[in-house]
Amino acid sequence: MTDTATTAAAATPTAGQRKKAAGGHGDANPAKAGWGTRVFLIIICLLWMVPIFGTFVTSFRPLTDANSSGWWNVFSNPDYLGNLTFDNYVKAWEDSNMGNAFINSLAISLPATFIPILIAAFAAYAFTFMEFWGRDILFLTIVSLLVVPNYVAFVPLLKIYGNLDMNGTFPAVWLAHIGFGMSLAIYILRNYMATLPKTVIESAKIDGASHFQTFFKLILPMSVPALASFAIFQFLWVWNDLLVALVFIGPGENEPLTVGLTGLRTSVGQGWELTTAGGFLTIILPIAVFLALQRFFVRGLTAGAVKG
Amino acid sequence: MAGKALTALLTVVIGIGAALALYWLLNKFAEILPERWEARVKPYLYVAPAFLAIVLYLVYPAILTFINAFKDRSSTEWVGTENFTELFGSPQFRDTLFNTLLWIVIVPAATVVLGLAVATLADRLGPTGEKVSKTVIFLPMAISMVGAATIWRFVYYAAPAGQPQIGLQNAVLGVFGKDPVAWLQQSQFHFNSFLLMIVLLWSQVGFAMVLLSAAVKGVPIDTLEAARIDGASERQIFFKVVIPQIKGTIITVFITVTIGVMKIFDIVYVMTNGGFNTNVLGNEFWNQLSTNFNNGAAAAIVVILMIAVVPIMWYQVRHFKAEEANA
Repeated sequence: MTDTATTAAAATPTAGQRKKAAGGHGDANPAKAGWGTRVFLIIICLLWMVPIFGTFVTSFRPLTDANSSGWWNVFSNPDYLGNLTFDNYVKAWEDSNMGNAFINSLAISLPATFIPILIAAFAAYAFTFMEFWGRDILFLTIVSLLVVPNYVAFVPLLKIYGNLDMNGTFPAVWLAHIGFGMSLAIYILRNYMATLPKTVIESAKIDGASHFQTFFKLILPMSVPALASFAIFQFLWVWNDLLVALVFIGPGENEPLTVGLTGLRTSVGQGWELTTAGGFLTIILPIAVFLALQRFFVRGLTAGAVKG
Repeated sequence: MAGKALTALLTVVIGIGAALALYWLLNKFAEILPERWEARVKPYLYVAPAFLAIVLYLVYPAILTFINAFKDRSSTEWVGTENFTELFGSPQFRDTLFNTLLWIVIVPAATVVLGLAVATLADRLGPTGEKVSKTVIFLPMAISMVGAATIWRFVYYAAPAGQPQIGLQNAVLGVFGKDPVAWLQQSQFHFNSFLLMIVLLWSQVGFAMVLLSAAVKGVPIDTLEAARIDGASERQIFFKVVIPQIKGTIITVFITVTIGVMKIFDIVYVMTNGGFNTNVLGNEFWNQLSTNFNNGAAAAIVVILMIAVVPIMWYQVRHFKAEEANA
């Protein structure tokens, strides 16, 4: 029962409930942190935060400051502190196409996140609550496809999209992300649905509800936590993706933030004030989503999500 | 700009609306059939759209890729195994392969060890300390690899000697009166590859920590107490009581990180673009596709990746079956 991170772990809705059910020691660990432990954790937390913090500070410094002194000088020299400005963000947003790229990232991520959910939910429902020939084999196919890297699709899809004149368009990436995310979506949702009480479905059947009604009135509302954790995964994955965007969209009018940021690097060269501001524009939304919905994200992780 | 945002929102609404209409129609279609057939056909109709997406975007292209690996650069003529012999014949590609192997050998193991260390040690802090330290370690998971690479490129940045060092690592060297080092160009003993691995480690340790932490907390307290009563040291308890009980989770984390490492691309592409002997398979794939326009070689690289993934796939399926049998 300690094998919490495996596929069946979705059976327990939260980590908290799981540790109670398993008789784990939870927060009441009798072993208390000694000095060594504290020092180790403080050092590692600093190592983790300082690079982000330095980027953050630099993104507010004027070009001359950023190139002539390290960001840490801001805290020892009041002049530098007084020079801090939003100009870099304005410049990155307006002159370096990052504003356009931000909208593009949204335009790519939102449809690619929300459209697959219903499609996956229907499949997951069938896999969980319906009997049909070939069900287990089909689901095992999905389990094995989870680990297949999406590299397998790029070369042929480029050619197909080329014939359809779709390269460089949003639908090209929407469809690709829907296809790439589908097996993970079905997997997460099916594992969650398998934990819903069978009696509820049985009684709905006795009351004369069709599968269609049961799905929309019972199963879908009950699966909201799993839907949310998939949505967060898929959103972060699509927003943060570079390769799919490079292959199917590339730099230009429709480029998302990740492509824009790599372009900023090559065109601006050593201009760290723009690169850091652009970098922060890229990571601000996923960090906000992540901090706000961390609970669902962790739940999705402990449900054994593995994506190829 | 506003137009694009609107288009996106409209697409969400239309996309979901169209999906709803599709399922409603499929369901209606099943309902006109005789009752015996309705029950038989309905599950397939529910599953079909999802499978269509998977077949169109994963299975069918995968088959084509496999075929393309044995064709020439524009996928027109058969060339047998030439793509593979050419790749393996090139010293650069053998280096690329070796680098990828280095990543696979080092990063998953290091991620698990660090993640487990943080999970175990943070477990001993008070509730606030534990929460804060875990959020800090976990946060980089939300950051794209491109973002992470940008952040770390700044840490490793080297200005020419004599100029002020604005990269953290060279500034620290400067404090000790040492000359700046162009970190990402230090290819002796693959030092620069290790610097790139640190970026991935930075981004992935939080993931390992969250899973392992849940597992460590799930270890039954009586097993720990029994060991303490028997006079076991904390070290012994950790290695002989805790580790064996969380083995399953350790393997899961290890496999997940391994898959991620095999296809690592963004970090290398942004930080060195494979220069200074840091190239990996993912980046070489992109080079072949976008710079060399060699579809055959690109497809051959994917086939190599796929072969590497097969054992993991096999394990995954076996593991899933065992889990289902237990449930």
